[in-house]
Amino acid sequence: MQSLIQVSSLTKKYGSFTAVNELSFSVQKGDVYGFLGQNGAGKSTTIRMLMTLIEPTAGDIRIFDLPLSTHRKEILRQTGAVIEKPEVYPYLSAYDNLRLFARLSGVKLSRAQYMQQLEQVGLASRAHDKVKTFSQGMKQRLGIGIALVHNPQLIVLDEPTNGLDPQGIADIRNLLLWLSREQKKTILISSHLLSEIEQVATRVLIIDKGKKLVEGSAEELFDPSKTIVELQTNDTAAARERLIASNWAAHLRESTGNNIKLQMNRNDIPALNRDLVQWQIDVLSLQQQHSLEDYFLQVTAGKKHVDTFSN
Amino acid sequence: MWTLFQIELFKIFRRPRTYIAFAAITALIGMVQLGLKVDGQEYASFVMADFNSSFALEGNLLNGYFVCFIVLQLLLVHVPLLIALIAADMISGEANTGTLRLLMSKPVSRVEFILAKYLASVVYTIMLLVWVALQALFLSMLIFGTDDMFIMKSSYAVLIKSGDVFWRYAGAFCFAALAMTTVAALGFLLSLFAENSIGPIVATMSVIIVSTLLSTMNIPLFNLVKPYLFTTHMITWKEFFDLRVNELNEAIPGSLAYPEKIKTSALILLIHIVVFVGAAAVIFKRKDIVS
Repeated sequence: MQSLIQVSSLTKKYGSFTAVNELSFSVQKGDVYGFLGQNGAGKSTTIRMLMTLIEPTAGDIRIFDLPLSTHRKEILRQTGAVIEKPEVYPYLSAYDNLRLFARLSGVKLSRAQYMQQLEQVGLASRAHDKVKTFSQGMKQRLGIGIALVHNPQLIVLDEPTNGLDPQGIADIRNLLLWLSREQKKTILISSHLLSEIEQVATRVLIIDKGKKLVEGSAEELFDPSKTIVELQTNDTAAARERLIASNWAAHLRESTGNNIKLQMNRNDIPALNRDLVQWQIDVLSLQQQHSLEDYFLQVTAGKKHVDTFSN
Repeated sequence: MWTLFQIELFKIFRRPRTYIAFAAITALIGMVQLGLKVDGQEYASFVMADFNSSFALEGNLLNGYFVCFIVLQLLLVHVPLLIALIAADMISGEANTGTLRLLMSKPVSRVEFILAKYLASVVYTIMLLVWVALQALFLSMLIFGTDDMFIMKSSYAVLIKSGDVFWRYAGAFCFAALAMTTVAALGFLLSLFAENSIGPIVATMSVIIVSTLLSTMNIPLFNLVKPYLFTTHMITWKEFFDLRVNELNEAIPGSLAYPEKIKTSALILLIHIVVFVGAAAVIFKRKDIVS
């Protein structure tokens, strides 16, 4: 498969602080590449280096098989990006902002085409309103419209659902799936929310403190058999005792305070619940863990999982 | 480059802040014109008091040309501050609102971006001066009429025939445009070093105020740096209103007393512009955009 982005030993240092440390990864054509990491992990710094906003201290970036350092304009002409909050000119309308950035991207469309683009991100009815009257979600959608206006092959989105309500998040997710499946775009999307990436990504990279933690296919990373389930009952001691004595013992991972953690196939959650009810233990809470922080604990503490996670 | 320039102009003239300077100038000039219209003769008598004892002055002394000269003397100290409002905001304003990262993720050259932005601020500066000219010169000509222009220098007076004045204003406004674009270049350079507009605007104003003080204070230590300060040369527009005299000490119409001084000042201002904009381009080319 053709590599659209090839990053090798990318490093960015600010004095003695290393924001990105020897990071290497590749994004294949057609990927929805999830770029995960906690706040401050180095995601935005990496994306800014990909978009030539920041000069790398060391390392090499090739996009469309061209070195970024010498082919900046050609590469950016085929790339659309939303970097953090998509700030646009508040004193201009959505239509004028879109037209302005389209021209900077080297395209001049007809009025109907601009309106079609705004329609795609659900802003056609507000096309001529000044952006200062827009909500954060509307600005976010306009930012995505601007990223797509020149029909780029590669779309880079840095935390695109920040500040959006659940409906807005769902709309962006559907748009990304449509761009990937119907339009065959390659998408690099960063987030600190595992749940957000899980639903759209085909491949995933997790970084922490500027270093690569895990890279591989989403299918393997989000393997349902390796789901961490957190259990809370009315009698933790009794529940722990029963679980140790049962077939669930092999799945037990951690027990702290009132919490018991198991690593198991998420399809088996109903069976676990049934067993607990049968043992006359009241289940207060039984939930899958989705936060990246918990996932990091799983990845960093459970070395076995990382080892078995193939690229 | 042309597209970038058009976009920058579009942004400048669609932004409400741009019109603050135009409104301020309208108000300032209007106030001076109103004051001179109401109490102008008294003011002229006071200014001419020393001359009235030695010379018999006839005609409309308080004419449009004279009023324009007074307005320019008063205003050209303040216009740089208005220009700083826009020029010092050119990059820092984009960094502050976050639009700089979106702009720089587009396929545009950073050097072209800087040049387009500076050229747009030059157009804004020139338009501001055209506005000053329309109000201070043309409106004053309508309100106060025209006649020979009588102005006083520190140790002598200059009488310029009515037909010899207009081209001098054209020259003075062109020179003022050069001086003001130097201010714009300074504000532009300083706008690279901050991510909010206030800092560069205040810094530009401070540099102008300190340099103006150094240019006007007659202290030997400061005299060494005076010739190199752009503020020393910004007031050279006044040289367009001084005539050369012949051996009979008669003014020669159409002449300039010190044309070399105008050329030297223009050259020094141009050098400042090249240095300020050149430095801005070099710094911005290597700058990490972290806003």
